[in-house]
Amino acid sequence: MSIVCEKDKLQKQHQLRIKEICQGFGGEHSELINILHACQGYFGYLPAEVQEEIGMQINMPVSKVFGVVTFYSFFTMKPKGRFPISICTGTACYVRGADKLVDEFQRELGIDVGQTTGDGKFSISTLRCVGACGLAPVVMVGDKTYGHVSPNKVKKILKEYKKEE
Amino acid sequence: MTKINQHILTCGGTGCRASESKILAARLKEELKDSEISQNVKVVESGCFGFCEKGPIVKILPDNTFYTQVKPKDAKEIVEEHILKGRKVERLLFRDPNTNELIDESKSMGFYKKQIRIATRNCGFIDPENIGEYVAREGYEALGKALFELEPADIIKTVKDSGMRGRGGGGFPTGFKWELTAKSESDKKYVVCNADEGDPGAFMDRSILEGDPHSVLEAMAICGFAVGADEGLIYIRAEYPLAIERLKIAIKQAEDVGVIGDDILGSGFNFNISLKYGAGAFVCGEETALIHSMEGLRGEPTLKPPFPAERGFFDKPTNVNNVETFANIPAIINKGAEWYASVGTEKSKGTKVFALAGKINNVGLIEVPMGTTLREVIFDIGGGIKDGKKFKAVQTGGPSGGCLTEKHLDTPIDFDNLLAIGSMMGSGGMVVLDEDDCMVSMAKFYLEFTVEESCGKCAPCRIGNKRLLETLEKITNGNGTMDDLDLLRIQGGVIKDTSLCGLGQTSPNPILSTLDNFWDEYVEHVEENKCRAGQCKSMLKYVIIEDECVGCTACARVCPTGAITGNKKEVHFITQDLCIKCGACMDKCNFESIELIA
Repeated sequence: MSIVCEKDKLQKQHQLRIKEICQGFGGEHSELINILHACQGYFGYLPAEVQEEIGMQINMPVSKVFGVVTFYSFFTMKPKGRFPISICTGTACYVRGADKLVDEFQRELGIDVGQTTGDGKFSISTLRCVGACGLAPVVMVGDKTYGHVSPNKVKKILKEYKKEE
Repeated sequence: MTKINQHILTCGGTGCRASESKILAARLKEELKDSEISQNVKVVESGCFGFCEKGPIVKILPDNTFYTQVKPKDAKEIVEEHILKGRKVERLLFRDPNTNELIDESKSMGFYKKQIRIATRNCGFIDPENIGEYVAREGYEALGKALFELEPADIIKTVKDSGMRGRGGGGFPTGFKWELTAKSESDKKYVVCNADEGDPGAFMDRSILEGDPHSVLEAMAICGFAVGADEGLIYIRAEYPLAIERLKIAIKQAEDVGVIGDDILGSGFNFNISLKYGAGAFVCGEETALIHSMEGLRGEPTLKPPFPAERGFFDKPTNVNNVETFANIPAIINKGAEWYASVGTEKSKGTKVFALAGKINNVGLIEVPMGTTLREVIFDIGGGIKDGKKFKAVQTGGPSGGCLTEKHLDTPIDFDNLLAIGSMMGSGGMVVLDEDDCMVSMAKFYLEFTVEESCGKCAPCRIGNKRLLETLEKITNGNGTMDDLDLLRIQGGVIKDTSLCGLGQTSPNPILSTLDNFWDEYVEHVEENKCRAGQCKSMLKYVIIEDECVGCTACARVCPTGAITGNKKEVHFITQDLCIKCGACMDKCNFESIELIA
């Protein structure tokens, strides 16, 4: 979703939402991570404007907010695709060929890990262990888990989503 | 009241849920609804059974029938045949891969025979979302005993006498830690449960939280009473949605019945528990980093002392224990220190939960007494190597551990033995490797992880690991020299000696242990430009066997880089400079005319 209007300013309604979230956590500095989780849950990502607003709301320098956002891999400053693809690269999946899946998804979609396709449909990321090691290698698209994925199944998985508009 | 005489347990852990176990449970309930005995049969979504390889699992009590790989469409047959007619559904029973025998109950499976379950005593037996089932299995009895029969000092003594050591990785004696916190004087103290399980390929803590959340809550309250804390915090990864959900339900239920909250069971003792979320940083498993993260800061570790037991969360004394450590506590209080100390080895008491993964037949979660050998774990419980391949190594301790080989298979597993042979217990990840795994690549894999996860605070870890990785990349790209191998050892040694926290102090372990145990393989990479496992792409070469190629053009069409040329019905050719070694041509060729040269 586009949350920024002209002149890089947040839309009013989004500003209000951030204010609500911060107040919900008492505006405490120690709640910053929970606030960020809530904001990312709402916006899908944490662009600079959102971080600035959070800093204003809880009276914390935006540099500190940025420091925390960039420290943790769960937080992202770029919007993900509508169908975010997460390839597990935990050890169990790695030894069962997860690296080949990364190559295959990158090739099929023409983007690298961490990028989103031009139409905003797919993004690729890797994550460390979803805990379904019995199904290794595992790929998640949104909330759906695919187990025992081999490179030649990649096309089929993408096809399921490509036809969806 | 109707008497329930049969239970259908379905696995509701993350792994099995990914294979539609939730739909399966719903389907079973649906099927039962129409039958006349629906009142006497109960479907329970329990925690992890451990046998993740063959999930989703369905277990029927009281006869312990163990069905594997059950799909929602099998629900009808299970209800009609097993529940109504009392006939086992043979095609869903587990077949022993070695003897080819059908095994109709879990107790006679090799996977379960050698296991002793203490920390995971309730996983796969109870409905984790129902406090009543936990209570029925001695739940919250230990808390009652602690509050009304024991003094805080007695509890600490029991934990000390049990010989329990922290299951998070370090192996620090738990009772001693509690004593330190108890002795620190302060108006406010905290008990923290470390559920930031970041070791890739390990899922012990998650399974305990999903399968038996109350055992952790109970233990935290006991710990709070023993050390004088009235607030508990669980620091959990945001990537564990199911565990978070079950914990929230458990806390609510425990508060409702009065075993958590103010004036617990009328004893006057207050203990409240809340959740704090992690956001994906491996270093937050280190307790000082974890505390900073809970304070809303970057999760960077700080020098110890002061230990968290003296100055932790908001500068107040804080006792931090791992999930598995806590899960053992109620059993120790109930059954006594002596009982617990009777299991295990001289210096490592009790059991250890391991997440078995990799090239092994029975991927899953197991709990074995300390002192069990690697061979028993891998071959008896794990069912040996997948696809009949040869065992090559087992990696324990995750990114901080090392790779052990054939010669270590008969070593009894405990904290000290693993350290002595160049690995460590770690949190309990155990990844089995076979002959197709390149040990240099494996070391590189772990180092990539460490480099990504290094918090950047201290130079040895931030810069040193990056240099180590570059050297490893040089070797796997075929540009290494023998000097580089010496350099790896020197750099690794410096990083170990000078890093601030456990992450950096152990990060070179995967390299150092593979250098020790697989020296030949490193030398091959350097001197012969050869990767015997065929994993290092730069050392591979795909070539077309001229005599076999019929010129069908299938390979040229599938090649993503246009590296394959040739006319129809003529022999094709691969231009090596353009080849990215994806192997697509080899997969596509119907005439087996493409060869991989390692």
